[in-house]
Amino acid sequence: MSDAAYLFASVAVMAGVTYLIRMLPLAAFRKKIQNKFVLDFLYYVPYAVLSAMTIPAVFYSSNSLLSAAAGFLVAAVLAFFERGLLTVAVCACAGVFLLELII
Amino acid sequence: MCANREKLNFRCGLRDGLPIALGYLSVSFTFGITAVNMGIPPITAILISLTNLTSAGQVAGIGIIAARGGLAEMAMAQLIINLRYALMSLSLSQRLDKNWKLFHRVTAAFCVTDEVFAVASGKADELPTRYMYGLMILPYLFWGGGTTVGALLGAVLPEMIKSALGIAIYGMFIAIIIPPAKKSRGVLCVVIMAAALSWFIYYMPYLDFISSGISIIICTVIAAALGALIFPRSESEVNANE
Repeated sequence: MSDAAYLFASVAVMAGVTYLIRMLPLAAFRKKIQNKFVLDFLYYVPYAVLSAMTIPAVFYSSNSLLSAAAGFLVAAVLAFFERGLLTVAVCACAGVFLLELII
Repeated sequence: MCANREKLNFRCGLRDGLPIALGYLSVSFTFGITAVNMGIPPITAILISLTNLTSAGQVAGIGIIAARGGLAEMAMAQLIINLRYALMSLSLSQRLDKNWKLFHRVTAAFCVTDEVFAVASGKADELPTRYMYGLMILPYLFWGGGTTVGALLGAVLPEMIKSALGIAIYGMFIAIIIPPAKKSRGVLCVVIMAAALSWFIYYMPYLDFISSGISIIICTVIAAALGALIFPRSESEVNANE
């Protein structure tokens, strides 16, 4: 498969699967899910996904492990004090930038 | 926010959608930067945002593409990561007014996101099509617009700025997971289990064959299932999240 074909096929699969997940329950089903385990599982899924995607990838998100670790620390502390999404993200970037200026 | 007594029309939807759209601008901007940093062509990144409209699924998706992962792996990863939307669509389907023909259902399904769902769920009345289209259109446009700016800027920004911006999307993920983890022991344990598993799979030499997409699937299923088994939500927690 050529690179362009691979890219196109990947995006098509991504979009198709994501759309069907949203569309089928809205268009076809009318019943509510009653199973408590399934409901709890689906409730925890976003947190598990985001956590698994962040660790350890966040430490390789900049040019050096050290600056990324500094950015991670800044983000974790600000998130702990419940700052907004944008504040946490911008300050994490600033943390990485400042540390790379120093080292 | 439109008052609950106000008629749920298109304009009211637009007004409710604007704050969501502004939030999406920054997330999609960083998605665009992240994608280009990973070697994804800008046009592909934009196409992904215009056809997917989901942050976690898209970040996992570009990770798989960057590693030239297989299509089955892609389908599986998207299925697991985005499965929660099925629940949201299911819940929304119970709240629509009688004018929702099949055409509207298959069109509006495209824009069921966490935030759109949260706002729509907060309405006391049945949901008219016009209100839902109004609610969805700005978030969709800003999601595509932010990605476009991020992807194009990502290609020309100096290396040092790009390096600093690479952490932005993870900063947002951290900002989403830490506050609820403080309040709920279940969420905290799920977050820690998923992170520990992901770390383990990444660094164990014999587990090199597990690609990033598969790793996310494994970590998510195990951590969320253990969470549901060990920390089932109480009645009051379930109601608070509906």
